[in-house]
Amino acid sequence: MFRHKTGSVTEELQVIAPSKLALEEVSKSFQTITGTVLALDRISLQVNEGEFVCIVGPSGCGKTTLLNIIAGLEMPDSGNVLAGGKPVTGPGRDRLVMFQESALFPWLNVFGNVLFPLKLKPQLTNKDRRDVAKYYLELVDLTRFERFNIHELSGGMKQRVALARSLAPNPRVLLMDEPFGALDALTREQFYGDLQRIWKERKKTIVFVTHNVREAACLGDRVLLFSPHPGRIQEEFVIDLPRPRDINTADLVGYSSKIMRSLKSFNAERPETRA
Amino acid sequence: MRRFLSAAGFFALLILLWQWAFQAKIWSPVLLPSPLQVVNYLKGAIEDGTLGHATVTTMRRLLTGYVIGFVGGLPLGLLTARWNLLRDTIGTISLGLQTLPSVCWVPLALLWFGQTEAAMLFVVVMGTLWSVVIATETGVRNVPPIYRRAALTMGSKGLHIWLRVILPAALPFIVSGMKQGWAFAWRSLMAAEIFVTILTGFGLGQLLHYGRELNAMEQVIAIMLVIVVIGLLADKIFFSPIEKFLHRRWGTSQ
Repeated sequence: MFRHKTGSVTEELQVIAPSKLALEEVSKSFQTITGTVLALDRISLQVNEGEFVCIVGPSGCGKTTLLNIIAGLEMPDSGNVLAGGKPVTGPGRDRLVMFQESALFPWLNVFGNVLFPLKLKPQLTNKDRRDVAKYYLELVDLTRFERFNIHELSGGMKQRVALARSLAPNPRVLLMDEPFGALDALTREQFYGDLQRIWKERKKTIVFVTHNVREAACLGDRVLLFSPHPGRIQEEFVIDLPRPRDINTADLVGYSSKIMRSLKSFNAERPETRA
Repeated sequence: MRRFLSAAGFFALLILLWQWAFQAKIWSPVLLPSPLQVVNYLKGAIEDGTLGHATVTTMRRLLTGYVIGFVGGLPLGLLTARWNLLRDTIGTISLGLQTLPSVCWVPLALLWFGQTEAAMLFVVVMGTLWSVVIATETGVRNVPPIYRRAALTMGSKGLHIWLRVILPAALPFIVSGMKQGWAFAWRSLMAAEIFVTILTGFGLGQLLHYGRELNAMEQVIAIMLVIVVIGLLADKIFFSPIEKFLHRRWGTSQ
């Protein structure tokens, strides 16, 4: 009996509805040599369908932990996480993660890396998979480099491949953990434009973790300010600026200095925290 | 071309030096035959089929044992990397036995299996197996955890993650283990063939042994040359291309 291939490239490439995310009273603690650290303290958070939310905060404030919990890579000690109304019980293709280091597979070339998640979709034929991979490589402007080995790419190109790879299975949610942290300023700025374009085109719900306040203000519909020990959402800023946004405009700088002031103020109140 | 010529020049010089040492009668001709005598022996041994037969016998033992050792060692290494209980038990045994020079298996193999092919096979398997187990385990433990996490979010799990992510990620370690296993197996097989005469087939080691018995130094040197050439070929034909591929993909070559 042959398996009937129901999918097709057009179907696979359709813009699908992004998911809503809901976190209810999520807590998580870790054991360290100095004792128990409360990484997340009863975090409640709603991210709407297709919303771009940025989470900023100093290192070690639990923002990566939060992202891992939404991804299903870690489980909370208490509280619920819902993606598209369904409880998150583990990793799933509807929520893909783009990591700080590209996490690309060095034994595969660029094309092979983008193909990897597509090979896990049994409803596609091999030709469909190749067409889908080509589409996403074009979306991140890397068609010419599809036969390159990973080590032959620059840091920015690696992150482009990683972006194409996480978009390829057509997730409803994209979780980004400081994806541009290791890139130079010029490459980063180019990414801000591209990411906003792709987000608009592919309509994803995005949760974006960063410690760069300007970056957060440039990309997010909303910016959540995290404070460490215990990890809490300290303040919320709605960025009401038209898109596509340029990181160098005065309005944007106004928002980012407002966020920066808040960040500094609660750091000053808590001198024991590492900024 | 230039590199080839200078290398060829070097070997020609080496042979000339050998010829000169022979003609100068520094050592007795019984101890140091001329290059021509060695070549003549090789020619005769090829013509009467001795050499071909011995090489086939030896390679058959080596390859059979090597394949068994590798096919057994790879999953064993994966399993010891997966479960700590196996690591503490099988892993410890593997590490211990891997440090044992593989020629030490020869007496045991003789007593257990007698002068049979099984004894030869056993020695080769023992030479290969533990190196592959240890290298696979080390390789798997050195796979960056982020590969696994990335694969998990893309929907890979269970056996798929092991075959498509962890195994290829550990490949550079596994290949160096395969190379070490090959070297150990080759050395122990030669030792076994020199020590043990079995009637099911004369290998290169046995030819070497009879060369000594008959005081036929040209035979001893010729067989040693053949053994060296086989070792070189194994490296150039089998291991070098794999290593080159890995270097190119991973970007680890100079």
